[in-house]
Amino acid sequence: MREPGRESFRRGVRLGLPYAAAGFVLSLSFGVLARQAGFSVAQAIVMSLIVFAGSAQFAAVTILAGGGGVASAVAAAGLMNSRFLPMGIALAPSLPGGPLARAAQGQAVVDPSWAMASRGDGTFDRWQLFGSTAPQYVTWILGTVAGALIGTGLGDTDRLGLDALFPTFFLALLLQELKDRRSRPVAALGALIAIALVPVAPAGVPVLAASVAALVGLRR
Amino acid sequence: MTIWLLIGACAVVTAAIKAAGPVILGGRELPARFSAVLGVMAAAVLAALVVTSTLADGDKLAIGADTAGVAVAGVVLWRGGPVVVGVLVAAVVTAALRAL
Repeated sequence: MREPGRESFRRGVRLGLPYAAAGFVLSLSFGVLARQAGFSVAQAIVMSLIVFAGSAQFAAVTILAGGGGVASAVAAAGLMNSRFLPMGIALAPSLPGGPLARAAQGQAVVDPSWAMASRGDGTFDRWQLFGSTAPQYVTWILGTVAGALIGTGLGDTDRLGLDALFPTFFLALLLQELKDRRSRPVAALGALIAIALVPVAPAGVPVLAASVAALVGLRR
Repeated sequence: MTIWLLIGACAVVTAAIKAAGPVILGGRELPARFSAVLGVMAAAVLAALVVTSTLADGDKLAIGADTAGVAVAGVVLWRGGPVVVGVLVAAVVTAALRAL
């Protein structure tokens, strides 16, 4: 690592710490939810290790726990992650190396790290990106391990209000999105579609169907 | 087995999406209309997840203590509170209402 890279990495770690703290609480609740949805301790931990995408993991497990099938759950996870496509495209010119190296570096993208690493002129500080993602990955795993081990030992977690954690996490991400005015009518329409379908469609389908609302983005 | 399948598929899908931009589209631009749809996709899916997880129970519309907890947390987040405070407020309010 060249000196400027090391400096950027350190700065990234510092900037990533508050998000890592929030990530610990969220992944802990993910661990608990996953256990209650029928995951073993190992399955909950492996999912965080190899998926490492909070909203996608929550969406997939929420749908599975609600009685939805694997296909709906994976599709919902994919839709949640679709935002990484434009983020990766924006990042691409700032990543050196061959296809494999670029693919590997692209895995470091998580929302706060990506946003903070943007220099505002179309380029990204990649070492800062890696630095801020590193502590978030560590606490994501540690939180999941803690949550998975507590697991079903908490008894009825609804009594502790843990069922309110996931919706709140989704709401926090949604509020970020709504800062962009174009997202507002899309969010309203998506919510309406989902609620309208709840009584009639199988679990998981209302959320998938709501993705159609994104076509509003075509309107200039 | 179903769960391992879910985990494996989620891992492959996530890694592929994160790799796609840097590998395939590196330096090239997406058609503007495609970017416009992807740019608002998260908002649509997140809004749907918020309403279905707070206002519905299975296939029935239902509100409860968790709805109130999430709403209070929403105010905290809206006023700039950190995510970690928001999720803790949601859990505490929901648990308190259920304990009444």
